Amino acid sequence: MWAYWQSVPAHWRELPARYRLEGGRCRDCGHRTLPEERVCPVCGSKNIERVALPRRGKVVNYSVIWNAPRGYEYYTPYVVALIELEDGTRVFSQLTDVHPEEVKEGMEVEMVIRKTRVSGESGLIAYSYKFRPVLR
Amino acid sequence: MVYVIGVGLTKVGNHWDKSLRHLAAEAAIAALEDASIEDVDYIVVANALSGVINAQENLASYVATHLGMVGVPAVKVEAAGASGGAAIALAKSLVLSGAADKVLIVGVEKMTDYTSLEDTTSALSTFIDSEYEAFPGGTLESMHAMMMRAYMKKYSVTKEEFSHLPLLMHENASTTPHAQLRFKLKPQSYASSPVIAEPITMLDLAPVSDGAAAVILSKDKGREGNVEIVSSGQATDTISTYRRKDLTQLPSVRAAFKRALEAVPDFKPDFYVIHDYSSVMGYVEVEELGLAERGKASQLFSSGEAKREGSTPINPEGGLKARGNPVGATGVYQMAEAFLQITERAEGWQVPGAKSGLVLSVGGLGANSVVHLVRGV
Amino acid sequence: MRANRKVGIVGWGVYVPKWRIKSEELARGWGRDWNRYAAGIMVEEKSVPGIDEDTFTIAYEASINALKRARIDASLLRAVYVGTESKPYAVKTTATMLIDALGAGGEGRLTTGADYEFACKAGTEAIQSILGLVGSGMIDYGLAVGADTAQGAPGDALEYTASAGGAAYILGPADRSVAVIEASLSHVTDTPDFWRRQHERYPAHTRAFTGEPAYFKHIMTAARELMSLMGTTPEDYDYAIFHQPNGKFPLRVGTRLGFTPDKIKPGLITPYIGNTYSGSALVGLAAVLDQAKPGQKILVVSFGSGAGSDAFHIEVKEGIEEVQGLAPKTMDYVSRKEYVDYTTYARYRRMIRMLHDFSAY
Repeated sequence: MWAYWQSVPAHWRELPARYRLEGGRCRDCGHRTLPEERVCPVCGSKNIERVALPRRGKVVNYSVIWNAPRGYEYYTPYVVALIELEDGTRVFSQLTDVHPEEVKEGMEVEMVIRKTRVSGESGLIAYSYKFRPVLR
Repeated sequence: MVYVIGVGLTKVGNHWDKSLRHLAAEAAIAALEDASIEDVDYIVVANALSGVINAQENLASYVATHLGMVGVPAVKVEAAGASGGAAIALAKSLVLSGAADKVLIVGVEKMTDYTSLEDTTSALSTFIDSEYEAFPGGTLESMHAMMMRAYMKKYSVTKEEFSHLPLLMHENASTTPHAQLRFKLKPQSYASSPVIAEPITMLDLAPVSDGAAAVILSKDKGREGNVEIVSSGQATDTISTYRRKDLTQLPSVRAAFKRALEAVPDFKPDFYVIHDYSSVMGYVEVEELGLAERGKASQLFSSGEAKREGSTPINPEGGLKARGNPVGATGVYQMAEAFLQITERAEGWQVPGAKSGLVLSVGGLGANSVVHLVRGV
Repeated sequence: MRANRKVGIVGWGVYVPKWRIKSEELARGWGRDWNRYAAGIMVEEKSVPGIDEDTFTIAYEASINALKRARIDASLLRAVYVGTESKPYAVKTTATMLIDALGAGGEGRLTTGADYEFACKAGTEAIQSILGLVGSGMIDYGLAVGADTAQGAPGDALEYTASAGGAAYILGPADRSVAVIEASLSHVTDTPDFWRRQHERYPAHTRAFTGEPAYFKHIMTAARELMSLMGTTPEDYDYAIFHQPNGKFPLRVGTRLGFTPDKIKPGLITPYIGNTYSGSALVGLAAVLDQAKPGQKILVVSFGSGAGSDAFHIEVKEGIEEVQGLAPKTMDYVSRKEYVDYTTYARYRRMIRMLHDFSAY
């Protein structure tokens, strides 16, 4: 029972993270997360503030997707990756402007905004962060 | 004490002509007949995808209705691939607490009503973090792929070495009557298998399956041939890979196993039922269960030790890979199959002299793990 | 048109997608011999937007680069206008997305924003609007973007030039700027040389009619009127940038106005990346600002079909050299390239329709 349209509010409320890479920072132990959590996964503190995370990082692990879910078939093959940002925060993201065979662990990447999920010709265009090899 | 007193299961496969309700009823009726009972105090339904694929929630009442058991208390349990194992754990608690004397657990999944790869992939993507893994385009398979890449790197393992698990699973399933993929694999088929999410290929993964299995738990022994659930353990891990420290480990499997062993530290199963959604996950699971050294799991499968006649039989029925994986029902299948092994009714797929077993069910990429230790009584 | 208080460019930035297709390959797609068209078009290759790129994503990266050079926080931007003829939504302003992605107007998002359409001159329209707001003292900083993923019908002559890219300009008080816009002037008439009807995917054009009565007449009128207002002649300018639908027209219009080719070529980028429509003249201006020296004078004249031209007289100030290297330059993007074949181009431009295609638009 897949929906032709992706939920609009479900995307809209995540825009701070998806447009500006805003996550959470624990005021007690300093641990940062994306997305922002109510409880720090490291120390359990509930004292969390919102911060903009660094927009550069390195590829830690990745996979090339040939069997895509509904709504992503046009992009195949595409690369998804675990990225460690400069401050150590881990983010799962799609990579862009890169061929699968060019991706390596340790590859330096930077955040851009790209179309991520388009709900057909009439629905929402959901944009979000993706990462690409650093320009320079 | 909690006993399994009867089981029922349908063939795993593409049941084009059977609905969710037909499959559930078929397995449940068979289990009731097997236990020679007509009534239960509680129904626990295990399912993972009916809301997504079949547009059917309220599944407990749905199953009770189609079983002619209206009025009996019922609930659905969902924990992705661990749904069945978790349903049994909760049913066991109901019996132990005295809330119910007899509980019917029905695991059912009807996946083939989705007939495209994209839709099935989307359905399975509900097992990962929807907003921060699936939205960027991640799939359940891609999470297993990252696990495989991490494993290959850490232990210098080649892709080919993952073939040993699917090869053995297919060999086992070829003589299991209710299995989905009853044919042997050639090593070269593995090597040329289509890429799903690099480096994971089609033959690393469990197939898409329909099926239902049912078991009946009771505080009293039933007719001859009872199996006791000696001990159980369960644990969760982060749903998302980006919160994991090490993708080559499954701490939830380790913790669930440890918790199950607390009550029976000397328990030694005669066979193991693991949750091989992917070849690499199967490898990490046997390592977490202490059956192989880290990075050495492939040898367990290539050496013959894991065969039915081997020293450490694993998935004698063929595992998720070849018996099939009707996701929410799989854990119930695993328990039903362990029951058939221990009561020596596994004709064609019997582990000689099996008196005790370990059943492991895992949801997502080890996000939820359940271990049951069982033995014949 | 001259502002009450002087206004200048505080920062600029461009973005061009990395994918290119050679004109030869486009011709091959239709069984044609490119050599027979090369001299008439003078565009050897053009940029192709990636499968996940559009006017918003282009505008975003160009704006981030402009902010880096402006060295101001995005919260100070109190107006954001995006000029484009390839809006991601027919109704829903690209500026809204850009404002939120950049954090313009601060936490309270106290900023105005809109999309402009005037064929290829919507970007310079956006600059004029910001110029008015800053010049009147209503705001201190505003952002104007010209960006497009231009449409050219498959097999049409426009397919050789319609490309993707854009440029962003942050304007502010002259004393904070690195180049002062001394004056601007526009000339507009009803001249239907090119249009795209509502709901059509590709524009229609009138071939030779797009030349003399449209492109040449409007650019030359605006340029001459501005030079007359400023009391300048072509000799007074170090650079002249004109709308560049192909490689040929800007050189021809510049020469007719009395500019030598060496003043036109530094800002002539279309031969390398094609016509970025609303970004066209503005990418050219960015390429010039990337290398301009204090004291130099620049004439910019855009052209938008329909038709009209906006002309600007710009004087480069001290301090420009400090900011030129703060973000990737135009030529960095021009030289970052990878060629695609016609099949990949057709996929990226979504000319191929898939079954159950819920990822297309």
